[in-house]
Parts: sequence; C-alpha cells; structure tokens
Amino acid sequence: MGQITLQGVRKSFGPVNIIKDANLDIENGSFVVFVGPSGCGKTTLLRLIAGLEDVTGGQILIDGKNVVDVPPAKRGLSMVFQSYALYPHMSVRGNIAFGLKMAGLPRPEIDRKVEAAAATLNLTPYLDRKPRELSGGQRQRVAIGRAIVREPKAFLFDEPLSNLDAALRVQMRLEVTKLQKQLGTTAIYVTHDQVEAMTMADKIVVLNAGRIEQYGSPLELYERPANLFVAGFIGSPKMNFVPGEAAGEPGVATLGIRPEHLKIGKEGEGWPGTVSVAEHLGRDTFLYVDAGTLGMLTARGVGEFSLKAGDRVWLSPEPARLHRFDKEGAAVRA
Amino acid sequence: MARRVTARRIWVSTAAAWLFGFLIFLPILWMVLTSFKTELEAFSMPPKFLLFHWTTENYVTVQERSDYLHHAVNSLLIAGGSTLIAMIIAIPAAWSMAFAPTQRTKDILLWMLSTKMMPSVGVLVPIYLIFRDFGLLDRRAGLVMILCLGNLPIVIWMLFTYFKEIPKDILEAARMDGATIGRELVYVLTPMAVPGLASTLLLNFILAWNEAFWTLNLSTSDAAPLTVFIASYSSPEGLFWAKLSAASTLAIAPIIILGWFTQRQLVRGLTFGAVK
Repeated sequence: MGQITLQGVRKSFGPVNIIKDANLDIENGSFVVFVGPSGCGKTTLLRLIAGLEDVTGGQILIDGKNVVDVPPAKRGLSMVFQSYALYPHMSVRGNIAFGLKMAGLPRPEIDRKVEAAAATLNLTPYLDRKPRELSGGQRQRVAIGRAIVREPKAFLFDEPLSNLDAALRVQMRLEVTKLQKQLGTTAIYVTHDQVEAMTMADKIVVLNAGRIEQYGSPLELYERPANLFVAGFIGSPKMNFVPGEAAGEPGVATLGIRPEHLKIGKEGEGWPGTVSVAEHLGRDTFLYVDAGTLGMLTARGVGEFSLKAGDRVWLSPEPARLHRFDKEGAAVRA
Repeated sequence: MARRVTARRIWVSTAAAWLFGFLIFLPILWMVLTSFKTELEAFSMPPKFLLFHWTTENYVTVQERSDYLHHAVNSLLIAGGSTLIAMIIAIPAAWSMAFAPTQRTKDILLWMLSTKMMPSVGVLVPIYLIFRDFGLLDRRAGLVMILCLGNLPIVIWMLFTYFKEIPKDILEAARMDGATIGRELVYVLTPMAVPGLASTLLLNFILAWNEAFWTLNLSTSDAAPLTVFIASYSSPEGLFWAKLSAASTLAIAPIIILGWFTQRQLVRGLTFGAVK
C-alpha cells in the first residue's frame, strides 16, 4: 500500500514561502513525477513527504494517516538521493543491509533479502565491494537496492539520474520504470528534465514557484495545458505564444500553438514571415521565423526542407490544436 | 595536452625534494650529532660533522643531573590531558557547527580563531596572576587547562573542516534507513570521521607536547614538562651545548617516533579538503 495525500501543505524558510498550499492525491502503485524549473520547490516537496523537512502547515497522509509528526524512518518510505549517498565505509552488502539492520531483522532474513535485491539489480558480483570501487551506474543501482530492500510503501527519487551520462541515463530510465512496474510500489520522482517526466510518469505534477500548476497524465499536460506556464514548460521546442489580437482573435489574451502544429507553406495561406534560422536535424527541421507583429515563431517540419535563412514562408496553425489563454494566463476551453 | 614528464625532470625534482627535506631536517640531525660530542668538540671551529670522538657521557650526565622520567611523565600527562579534554569539548562543538549551523556560526568560528592572533605574551601577566591566586602555578591541572584552551580553536577548526566534508545526504540516508541519532553516530558518522579525528588528536598532542611559552612561565619543578627540562640546560652559568643537545634529543625523541609512525595520518589530516 502506498497512497499519499497532501492537504494544504505549506513550507517556508524564514519569510520565504517555498511551498504554497500544495494539494495532491497520489494513488497506490502509480509513478508520479514532480517536474519544474530549478528553485520551484520540487525537491523541498519531496523532502517534506520524506520527513527530512518539517511542514509549516497542512497535512501529509500516507495510507490515510497523518504523518507530519512521524520521523522519516517510521513513515515507511525509502529515498534515492541525487548524490546516491552511499555509506563509503560499508560494502555494497552493508549498504543494502543497513536499513534492515536498523530495523532489527534477524541475520538470515537480512541476508536473504539483500541477495534477492542484489539479484534483481544485477549486483550479485559486487556485493563485497566498496562504493568507491563501482562505476556511476553501479552506485546508482546500489542506491536503488538500498531503497527496494526495505519494501517501502513508496519510493522517493530525488533527481537520481542527473549524475549519469546521457546514454546511461536513458538505460537507467527504462530500468527504473520497469522495476517500479514490476514491484508495483508507489513512486515519486523529482526531475527538472521534462523528457524524463514525460517518458516515466503515469502522472506529472508541474511545479512553479512553490505552486502546483497542473497534475495530470503526460498526454493531458501536452494536449490540455491548464495555463501558460505548463503550456510553455511541457513540449520541446517550446509552444509559440502570440498575442490574440494580432492573430485575429481579439477575445483571447494569448494564443498558443506548438511548433509541430504549424503547417509550413511556401506561399499563400496563414501567417507570413521570414526564416531567420533553419536547423536541419535530419528527420526534423526547426525553423525560427520572424513573423512581424506576431513575434518569433518556431515551426517544426518533418522531412527534408529546402528552406534556408531569408526565405519567405507562410505558417498556418491547425485550428483544433490552438490553445487559448485569458489575461491571467489560464486556459480558456471552448 | 598533459605535461610531459621526462626522466630528467623527475631526477631534478627528486633531488630538489631531498635537498629541501635535508635542509629542514638538518637542525635536528645536528642536535642529535652534537649530543654525542664532548663539550669541547660541540663548539669547535670548524665544526666536525661525523669524525669526532663519539661519547654517550652527555646522556649519563643529563640523567644524573636531572630526572628525565619525571619531566617526561609530566609532558605525557599535560599533553595527553589537554588533548583529551580539547577533543571532548571540540567534537560536539564542531558537529553542531558543521551540521546545524546558524547565521552566526561563521562569526563564532572566526572569533575563535582570532584569539590565536594575539601573542600569548600579551596575556601573560593576567594569566599569571589568575594562576597565582588560584594556586595553579606549577600544577599540572593548570597547564592542562591553559594548553587545552590555547589549542581549542585549532582543534575545533580542524574537526569542523573534517565534518563539513561529510555529505549531509549520507546522514539523511541513514535517517531514512531508520538510524536513531545514536546509531547514526556509531555506524555512519564516526567511521567516516575516524581519519579526521585521529589526525586532529595527533596534531593537538604534538602542539601541546612542544608548547614552551606557558609551560616555561607557569611551572618550575613539580609540574615541569620536558620543555622546562631542556631550558634548564641553557643556564646563566654558561651554555653546555652537548648536554643541551642531549636533553633536547631526549625530549623530542618520543614525539618524533610518534610522528614517524603516524605520518600518513598527519599528512592526510593537514591536507584534507585541499587535495581530493
């Protein structure tokens, strides 16, 4: 079991409000990613759930029980740190076993569980090594092993892959997702990388300046962003924003259209503009177009394009893919 | 491009290192050699390096004239005692400053260090008067106290820099793993800090062992450590170089032997944080 509910959670450091009234319902067994720019409070929110920071106000419920006054170890959660935080003086075995030892489990049971966890993570040959004798990916695995061996109600991951190189990160991303599905344990995962968020999550929490901007599945966020911030944060390259009036829709403050939903034409229809930069990535071409009063627009074309800087183009948005926002930046739905 | 290390370069730098090491070691070597000379040869001109009449008579005289063991025991008790008390005070102080710092922690650290910026002689008179009034003159307890207080800033600073190097994440990981503060200390913190604790202990012991200003001024016989023992050979009735050297050799021998066997710890302790 691992149902986590936040009710009006607030956190301030002195006069600074880091988390402002967070409400969230995390279902048992789901993989939830906290994503947002640096300094948005995502790690703080995770640490509040872990119990490494005390809340200023509100309640954190784990399986229906308020845990704000419960010390970290008694919350039944385990955490994987960005720096791995392995105990350098202990072997891999010692690292994985530490939590069980603290819980006072009998020796044979500890051994059995440690070996099972090591087998799951392909760590069996390294059990007697010290962390410094391992590669980055192996250390990461030990940190995960330490987390799973305690059979927690939920895993908390604090940017666990950011210290790995790009190739390994993709591989570990898959492994972590697979492992979580296999164990069926609730997981909360903090990252600033929206690709990680989109690929790993069942549900994403987008945070900005201590506020939860939107909570939903990756595709919901992509297709129906709740406001300007989410619209701009999810998706790469970023969504284009144009003033409603200039685009011929005086009723809305801002009109949003993703680069992939702009049709590029060499003549006639849509918004006229001049290509200022063309990036040819092979399959995709990104065009940065100066569209006069509409500002700079990014368009994504599939396939090879003969367009280059200085060319005149017409960009026509797919009407069904337009996003409309009001003056406060909230999405307006028809 | 990596710097090319030629055989010539290695040869030159090795020779330079040896030369430098020898220069630093020379006074100690000269002292040891002099302690085996007769008083006449000790200040003969030109000085004799190895070809002199080797004798152990100085050591015999020194032993007859004064009680080496008495002073050595005092040195051991004073240096050991002040180190122990300093560690007991400094460990919790450094822990709290490293792991639960407040806004003023930096100021406190600097303030502590600033006490070392004043020459000791500046407070000699008040300290002497306090010692006299409390009956601490020529008492080991008094010396233990003053040396402990004198070294405390350095000890706290050293431990603080050590503890600072221990990542907070690891302590938090232990807390998530269910370790109480006591178990966190025993299973995680202490094993990780052992090299730091050991080198701080050693350095503090050496500093206290060699401390001469306070020991010379505040003790005469009962509590007199080896520094007083050495000083007694540079007396108004004339310098006895050979005997002074013998006394000095005897005084520093224990600490040199200790330093020799713990040099790796010492070097690691002193360069900690600078080289990773």
